[in-house]
Amino acid sequence: MSILVDKNTRLIVQGITGQAGAFHTKQCKEYGTQVVGGVTPGKAGENLDGIPIFNSVRDAVDKTRANATMIYVPAPFAADAIIEAADAGIKLIICITEGIPVMDMVGVKHYLKTTQSLLIGPNCPGVITPGECKIGIMPGYIHKPGKIGVVSRSGTLTYEAVHQLSQRGIGQSTCVGIGGDPVQGLSFLDVLKLFNSDPNTEGVIMLGEIGGSAEETAAEYIKSEMKKPVVGFIGGQTAPEGKRMGHAGAIISGGSGKAADKIKALEKAGVSVSMSPATLGETMAKALGR
Amino acid sequence: MKIHEYQAKELFRKYQIPVPNGKPAFSVDEALTVAKSLSSQGPWVVKAQIHAGGRGKGGGVKVAKTLDEVKNYAQTILGMTLVTHQTGPEGKVVKRLLIEDGCNIASEFYLAVTLDRSTSQWVIMASPAGGMDIEHVAATTPEKIFKEWVNPIVGLRDFQCRSLSAKMGFAGPQSKAFTDILKKLIRLFVESDCSLAEINPLTVTKEGNVLALDAKIDFDENALFRHPSFTELRDQNEEDPSETQAKKFDLSYISLDGNIGCMVNGAGLAMATMDIIKYEGGSPANFLDVGGGATQEKVTEAFKIILSDPKVKAVLVNIFGGIMKCDVIANGIIAAVKQLNLTVPLVVRLEGTNVDLGKKLLNESGLKLETATGMKEAAQKVVAAAGGRK
Repeated sequence: MSILVDKNTRLIVQGITGQAGAFHTKQCKEYGTQVVGGVTPGKAGENLDGIPIFNSVRDAVDKTRANATMIYVPAPFAADAIIEAADAGIKLIICITEGIPVMDMVGVKHYLKTTQSLLIGPNCPGVITPGECKIGIMPGYIHKPGKIGVVSRSGTLTYEAVHQLSQRGIGQSTCVGIGGDPVQGLSFLDVLKLFNSDPNTEGVIMLGEIGGSAEETAAEYIKSEMKKPVVGFIGGQTAPEGKRMGHAGAIISGGSGKAADKIKALEKAGVSVSMSPATLGETMAKALGR
Repeated sequence: MKIHEYQAKELFRKYQIPVPNGKPAFSVDEALTVAKSLSSQGPWVVKAQIHAGGRGKGGGVKVAKTLDEVKNYAQTILGMTLVTHQTGPEGKVVKRLLIEDGCNIASEFYLAVTLDRSTSQWVIMASPAGGMDIEHVAATTPEKIFKEWVNPIVGLRDFQCRSLSAKMGFAGPQSKAFTDILKKLIRLFVESDCSLAEINPLTVTKEGNVLALDAKIDFDENALFRHPSFTELRDQNEEDPSETQAKKFDLSYISLDGNIGCMVNGAGLAMATMDIIKYEGGSPANFLDVGGGATQEKVTEAFKIILSDPKVKAVLVNIFGGIMKCDVIANGIIAAVKQLNLTVPLVVRLEGTNVDLGKKLLNESGLKLETATGMKEAAQKVVAAAGGRK
């Protein structure tokens, strides 16, 4: 068991013929993901290493019965790609693209409410269920099948956490990168709910960072509903106010979004907060009583 | 991307949001010419143009009753280092002025539009406590700030305007004027891809007119491709030259106060690296994300930018290789260090594919550098190299 993706997930890739799209499609396929098609308008009939390419998501879904998509479409056109995927009935949309205008994402977010689709990202590394399905840009080999869920606003910091877990022999059920943008698809809260009801997930590592209040919202849920141990880390404890720290959403503004407030909220909710990013695996092991 | 008040007011004029007559001036002579072209007998307002609030308190805004006073104030303010609660203790040098017609203020309000991340809607904030630092109002008298959320599907509705207008205490023609400004401000905010559009203060004059006495706009950088003309509004003087240089190479850099330079791939890991340096008793000199690739060219440019900061006493490179192989990254680091003739102590922590080969290459390069396993060891080594725990 896992959340969101598994060995039965049938993936298409939007923007499959771009440099990054093509490279990561091959990486995902090599990992064992069922990549059943790709979409690049105007390139129907072509293929990438035997993966058929279609002109539209609807064509791809009709021919391949795909139920998930990974988006590498450039930022100016990415919102359109997300809406096209939802319109074609794709259940899980994972958008890797960075730099999508906030105004576009606001529209997308409200449009998606009228559909059954779930969005992960944008500006995220993707989702992986180790040993079954990898959708995204994360290095597959650092992961190990197991029972810890990981949810994060970051990419490489997630790899760091996963690496620390795997080195201690602690495997992962599913790792979800929700992305570093201010307006995004699934939030910490949404993913925690999924982990909470997944029988194979025994604990969760949550990697937050400065900006917004998604960690505080998650803390309220953890306090009242979460049945599994949660280990937390908040990046940006040393970040100055008013400066965007790489991620569009990582900014302390008007005195809100500070790391200290998030850490306090998480600790109050019973989360084991690791103050150092080097002790994430160790803190999880302790929380599991190992 | 922030712009100056006078530029924001130009945008306001395009949307017919009422603002005082005025023009920018870059010299004392120009300030006088502008003043003469406005009202014939004053008063005029001389306003410092920097990207920070609190200019009035810092002495950057003066009312001049005569042309001589315009000249004197322009002389004083141009070139002064203005320190406000938003500039930091070092302040900002004033290089531009805005000269405006003065007006008779009867009362002051606050009005702003921004994004509410938790609901993915736009939020309007309005307050009868205008002209003050809104963060102060929010902290001391939060009941004086009123909000309305705007759903992007249906937009701002009349009932929301009526509600806010009543809460501001407006009636009759002023309520109409306020509603008109509100609707235009939302339109400007959406059409120009703003992340913030703020009027503080929104003023009612003794004659009963409602107008924007100040204007602050922040654009979403990700949407600038839709607005090519906005790039002309960028003022390089307002930006850290190192940050501007970094952007040219697609690096994300922010300078900080400490003495340990950091080079990391990925924004989250870069923040975490700063945090662990502090946790181990040191102090980071910067945030720097070299991106997923960490190619030799990018690593070289990143070193140049880090070392341009004279405070840097040691450098920590923390790269989680992931899909990119550590031996390739190691070769990039070695080439960059040789090319730049690096003299400050360097600690390198690599993780990912071919990490052992990467470390071997670094250790056998003959360069003066230390390798580390794990973030903790890396942070401890670089803190020691920079002079130990503080």
